[in-house]
Amino acid sequence: MHIAVLQFPASNCDQDCVHAVRVMGHTSELVWHKDASLGAADAVIVPGGFSYGDYLRCGAIARFSPVMQAVQQFAANGGMVLGVCNGFQILCEAGMLPGALVRNRDLQFHCEQVFLKTVSRDSAFTSHIPEGKLLKIPIAHGEGCYFADEITLAGLQAKGQILWQYCDAAGVLTESANPNGSLLNIAGICNEARNVAGLMPHPDRACESQIGSEDGRLIFASMLHALAQRAVAKAA
Amino acid sequence: MKAKIVITPKKAVLDPQGKTVENALAHMGYAAVAGVHVGKYIEIDLAPGTEPEAARVALNEACRRFLSNPVIEDYRLEIE
Repeated sequence: MHIAVLQFPASNCDQDCVHAVRVMGHTSELVWHKDASLGAADAVIVPGGFSYGDYLRCGAIARFSPVMQAVQQFAANGGMVLGVCNGFQILCEAGMLPGALVRNRDLQFHCEQVFLKTVSRDSAFTSHIPEGKLLKIPIAHGEGCYFADEITLAGLQAKGQILWQYCDAAGVLTESANPNGSLLNIAGICNEARNVAGLMPHPDRACESQIGSEDGRLIFASMLHALAQRAVAKAA
Repeated sequence: MKAKIVITPKKAVLDPQGKTVENALAHMGYAAVAGVHVGKYIEIDLAPGTEPEAARVALNEACRRFLSNPVIEDYRLEIE
């Protein structure tokens, strides 16, 4: 598979994503924010960082970039898009995912390992995560507090769009395991069509045991499996 | 002519910055302070000869689409 990794001014996890895709045995290419085409990509990763300096709001300026118009079109045609950290913020600002990410409740930048509970395994981003498996994945953000109004939250729950929640090492959703004050301990969600997902933690930084965890691989493996299935269906 | 835009966090959204400033003011002895909300102020210079009503319509759209995020923020626009 061939993955497009977007690159905005001040993206700083683009190479982490390129590396993660390589570790998974696939290829990727960096797509500059001024490009209006995604080339022959099978899926898109919107990486972490501080696109456009996080000016105005995180992701607010990136969403209007030429490449994001191409990503919107790609997703509207059913293409798979994963946003990590700043990528999640951009997808929310673009209206491709509901809600918004605001300042961490303690105003501090959190850079630490967290545990994630997978809420729904019924998605292209979670299908290869074993039932009951907790993911140990790092976060690194100052604005990761997920907010949505009550109606939106109820909709996310009813439609199984909450993919990951922050939990403790035993899998319990506690306040102290919630690093940023996110409502319902939400760490990541998908859209209603289930082809666009975003999360604040970095699976791209958790693909090798040497750096503390390989659990991020399960998310990429889920995506790659779904892409392979699509390719088979297309060929048939 | 200028457009002045004040953006504030919605009441339902956690505003830890406002809360921290509020606590600091209380600590400094400003007993009359009952709540603080920290937002943004944007000032836009309008081109000479701009029709105020047309500017208002255009900038209301810009506020909804870009300058504020209606999910988490409210805004107030003044043209003077």
